[in-house]
Amino acid sequence: MSQSALQLFCTFGIFIILLLITGAYCMFVSFNLIRVLIGFEILIKAVTLLIICAGYVCGRTALAQAIVITLIVIEIVVMVVAGGVALWAYRHNKTIDPRKLSNLKG
Amino acid sequence: MTINLILLFALILVALWTVMTIRLIRSIVGLALTSAILSVIMYRLHSPLAAVFELSVCSGLISVIFVTTVSFTQRISKEKLRIRRKERLLKFWYLPVILIATAVMLCQHLLTPQFTLPLLVPAQGLGVRDLLWSCRHLDLLGQVVMLLAGAFGVVILFKESRK
Repeated sequence: MSQSALQLFCTFGIFIILLLITGAYCMFVSFNLIRVLIGFEILIKAVTLLIICAGYVCGRTALAQAIVITLIVIEIVVMVVAGGVALWAYRHNKTIDPRKLSNLKG
Repeated sequence: MTINLILLFALILVALWTVMTIRLIRSIVGLALTSAILSVIMYRLHSPLAAVFELSVCSGLISVIFVTTVSFTQRISKEKLRIRRKERLLKFWYLPVILIATAVMLCQHLLTPQFTLPLLVPAQGLGVRDLLWSCRHLDLLGQVVMLLAGAFGVVILFKESRK
């Protein structure tokens, strides 16, 4: 990797780290299942940008795109199932606050 | 590079707004905006197919899923909203400070950003379609399995809720 490519990657890297911090903070501080999912989404966006940027500076954008497409498909499945779980929790407990999910076994 | 820099700043600001806003619907709109900005960045980084996927699936479909989930839950009263707004401000005022401190630290000590760099021209190789269909069989198999698992999961969740 050339010096200019490394510097470009570092420039994007700063924003990727900031995005990771934003998503992680949202996940750890929120007590709402939907907000936790939103934080998780922001984390995934940071990872997506990282993969695309890495593929770009290495000159292998096709491989990066193939991986990102796989990531997006898995992301949508995870979000659909997690949304269903949040809805299920709301119907059974009338809340989506994870601290109040008292009828979980285990 | 200047446009990329503006897009990256916009991405961070919109993500911050998404996390900090009190209404869930606004958060979902912010998330869709974040995806849209990310897809523009991806397009500019010579990844048009992934950008289209990001725009259509993450900005469109996931927003619809979130809106559907939120619409099934109960709307909170104005009194509760006022209390939660205070709680949320107390929790989240640290976040912009943390982000600015991290950015300053990274710029000064760890990384040396060059904002005036020209964009690189990627090397030509196999196309995405060729790569996906000929070299990444296992990924495709994994995607099919995940889609089936997701579909079954949703069916089971909603079936149980009808009882």
